[in-house]
Amino acid sequence: MTALLEVEGLEISFGSLAAVRGASLQVNKGETHCLVGESGCGKSVTALSIMGLLARNGRRDARVLRFDGTDLLALNERAMSRLRGNRLAMIFQEPMTSLNPAYTVGSQMIEVMQRHRGATRAAALARAEELLARVRITSPGMRLGQYPHQLSGGLRQRVMIAMALMCSPELLIADEPTTALDVTVQAQILRLLSDLQKDLGLAILLITHDLGVVARTAHRVSVMYAGEVVESAPVAQLFTKPMHPYTRGLLDCVPVPGKVRRDQPLGSIPGMVPRMTQSFRGCAFVERCTLARPDCAGEIVRHRLAAQHDYLCQIPPDRVTAP
Amino acid sequence: MKGWRNAGLWVGAFIVAFTLLVALFAPLLAPHDPFGMDLSRRLKPPIWMEGSLPGHLLGTDHIGRDYLSRLIYGARISVLIGVMTVITSGLIGIALGVTGGFFGGRIDDVVLFAITARLAIPLILVALAVVSLIGSSLTVVVATLGFLLWERFAVVARVATMQVRTLDYVSAAWSAGCSRAHILLRDVLPNIASPLAVVATLEMALAILLEAALSFLGLGVPPPLPSWGLMIAEGKEYMFFNAWVITIPGIALFVFVFGINLLGDGLRDLLRTGRVA
Amino acid sequence: MLEFLARRLLVALLVCVTVLTFAFALTRLAGDLAISIAGAQATAADIEIIRKAYGLDRPILEQFFDWVGRAVVGDFGQSYFFRERVSKLIVDRLPITLTLGLVGLGIALVVALPLGVISALNEGRLADRLISVVALLGQAMPSFWLGLLLMITLGLRLGWLPISGTGTWQHFVMPGIVLAFSAIPALMRLTRSGMIDAMGSDYIRTARAKGLSRASILLKHAARNAAMPVVSIAAVQFGFMLGGSIVIETVFALHGVGFLAWESISKNDYPTVQAVVLLLAIIYTLLTLAADLLNAVLDPRLRAS
Repeated sequence: MTALLEVEGLEISFGSLAAVRGASLQVNKGETHCLVGESGCGKSVTALSIMGLLARNGRRDARVLRFDGTDLLALNERAMSRLRGNRLAMIFQEPMTSLNPAYTVGSQMIEVMQRHRGATRAAALARAEELLARVRITSPGMRLGQYPHQLSGGLRQRVMIAMALMCSPELLIADEPTTALDVTVQAQILRLLSDLQKDLGLAILLITHDLGVVARTAHRVSVMYAGEVVESAPVAQLFTKPMHPYTRGLLDCVPVPGKVRRDQPLGSIPGMVPRMTQSFRGCAFVERCTLARPDCAGEIVRHRLAAQHDYLCQIPPDRVTAP
Repeated sequence: MKGWRNAGLWVGAFIVAFTLLVALFAPLLAPHDPFGMDLSRRLKPPIWMEGSLPGHLLGTDHIGRDYLSRLIYGARISVLIGVMTVITSGLIGIALGVTGGFFGGRIDDVVLFAITARLAIPLILVALAVVSLIGSSLTVVVATLGFLLWERFAVVARVATMQVRTLDYVSAAWSAGCSRAHILLRDVLPNIASPLAVVATLEMALAILLEAALSFLGLGVPPPLPSWGLMIAEGKEYMFFNAWVITIPGIALFVFVFGINLLGDGLRDLLRTGRVA
Repeated sequence: MLEFLARRLLVALLVCVTVLTFAFALTRLAGDLAISIAGAQATAADIEIIRKAYGLDRPILEQFFDWVGRAVVGDFGQSYFFRERVSKLIVDRLPITLTLGLVGLGIALVVALPLGVISALNEGRLADRLISVVALLGQAMPSFWLGLLLMITLGLRLGWLPISGTGTWQHFVMPGIVLAFSAIPALMRLTRSGMIDAMGSDYIRTARAKGLSRASILLKHAARNAAMPVVSIAAVQFGFMLGGSIVIETVFALHGVGFLAWESISKNDYPTVQAVVLLLAIIYTLLTLAADLLNAVLDPRLRAS
């Protein structure tokens, strides 16, 4: 397993607000890595910062930010734009507004290839039609001439995916790609992403708050809380042996058929993600944690359970995993 | 950048307040009679130029009237025109806009059409024609501009009323059986007041500029009243050799209008950031 | 789309009819037109002759329908003052006013669009604040005064441009600048807000995620969407400029429609005044109609509905 994307010690701030505080994650070639967390935990900002798409007032810093061996921190905007849409691509949560209303689907798709590959219009159009068919859009040739407002939300997200694939990227970052869609459409889009990954050997960084999505798609999961990755593990490990109280809490919030009894209330985590500053030390989850101890306010060391499984908590494992 | 915005607001407020005070206390401030001619002292330059006369700080005009005194009395005309026009046009525009926005449907269609038709009518041309037909006087100018400049009030009042009408407490007032008049006066009007205040500054600036233009073309305020626009018109013949005869009243006009605009812009920023609601 | 077009055309037609009535009513505002035309020294007999000669002795409704009937076919009667067909007077002078309007609009767009874009891209920064103060300064500038100042500086002192008249293209530069001044603040504000909206939108984030060049993001993806409100306001401003040409043409002695209007107003030449009011209203209505159609071309969503 070779690393495609390596992020270590990522810090992002907007003014005095620390959105991401030393997050680390690694996406390997050809695997789906899910980044999970509540809204406001910094997962979308992490994705945008990898793409170099932070808002003007956002500051990004990291010990390591490497894509396929290339140091992204050293690239200027021009060089970065040569990578974006070409070797790493991104799709977003809002399919209704993510396409430009003034241009046809075809014109928006072909400009990616014309930009990065210098492709002719005809070649790019052929590729676009092929990809629309690939994301299971019927009569792709007709769709190329249509405008976004003529398509449904599910169709637009498929167009976004096809557009992201125009230059056969090695990494696809998908930021909550199904959140805005109907449940049936959600399932179709997730299956499509899994199939594409198998067929194309694509690595996917999938950002979601939905553990159901994680269970269905992920190889590896990183759980984010208040700007930190608090636990990272292969998907089976994480679901069976959650080591961080926050992960445990998240899992308790999900109803599992056969495991949850009807008369028992589902779990919930009281409180909200706190607003952090870069100077904060100690465990950010301490105020919402039922197992918190006085020393949780001090420096927390990252523990390693197995080669692929680490977490950011010092409570003895048996106390966390015990139901 | 917030300091910047506030600076604009304060500078605007200062200019407007200063001009209002000058207008109010013109008889006390003016060193001479603004109408007193003295043909032996024609076109004397301001005090900083060669050939000036002591006692005439800004010089004299083509028939020897003290320029500073005329300028000070001119502030009265601009202020009067600005305030009276905004009151007239505001009443018309707000009445139309609130009616359209509150009742909707056919009534709103009629209001919208009135706004569209008004915009199609060439403003200056019609104002000139009306003043020419009825005869020029301060009242005629105010009435003409008031009946022409209401459309922005109507547009803003209409939209704001529509928004207020859908608010919960207004619906609550409806269901509590309050009368239409009661809802309009108690709930709608106070809530659309702030955007209308911004429109009032814009329209006041526009009215003052239009009066100056009409007076400049000879169909506004009649001579010998010291309208700034009229002063520029009277100075026009002499401007190539005595540029100050047009620059002085022009600067007064420009600074006053700029101050009103700054004030309006500052108010709009305050409203947008929600610190005055 | 067809329904939208039909509705717009109907409104435009109604506006023209309203203005037609308004223009007629306007000249009857002062009461007896014959007295105004005859002037202060006229005797009762003179006034009676004038009343007969101009058909002012007929019932008011008859006069109105007679005027409307002729106006719709482009016949605005005989000018009292110029002793010529009003339609010919206007046709002769319209090119000058249109040239002036186009020069003004051109200058306004060349100045306002880049400033608006620069302002939007530097939102909240010093450049943005400076540009908005400049816009406020422009808005406060009395156009006739600016015209006189330019005549003194560019015309007299520096001798770069002719002071008045219509002989060459240089004659249109100063009036064009003055006319542009009135339209620049509004155009700039809308360009700025349109660009800010567009640049903050999701589809611009998509365009950036696709790795498109900055030029393509700005000029293709943002500008097209920001253009729609600007097209509408440009049409409106162009209409206002033609109306405002009455002041500027008088200042610079450009013998266009605006100057004609001012002359006819001061000479009590009502057929001409009526015709110019109507003409400017029709031009304005056509301009806004054209802007709506252009927006329908720019925005596929409008075309569909």
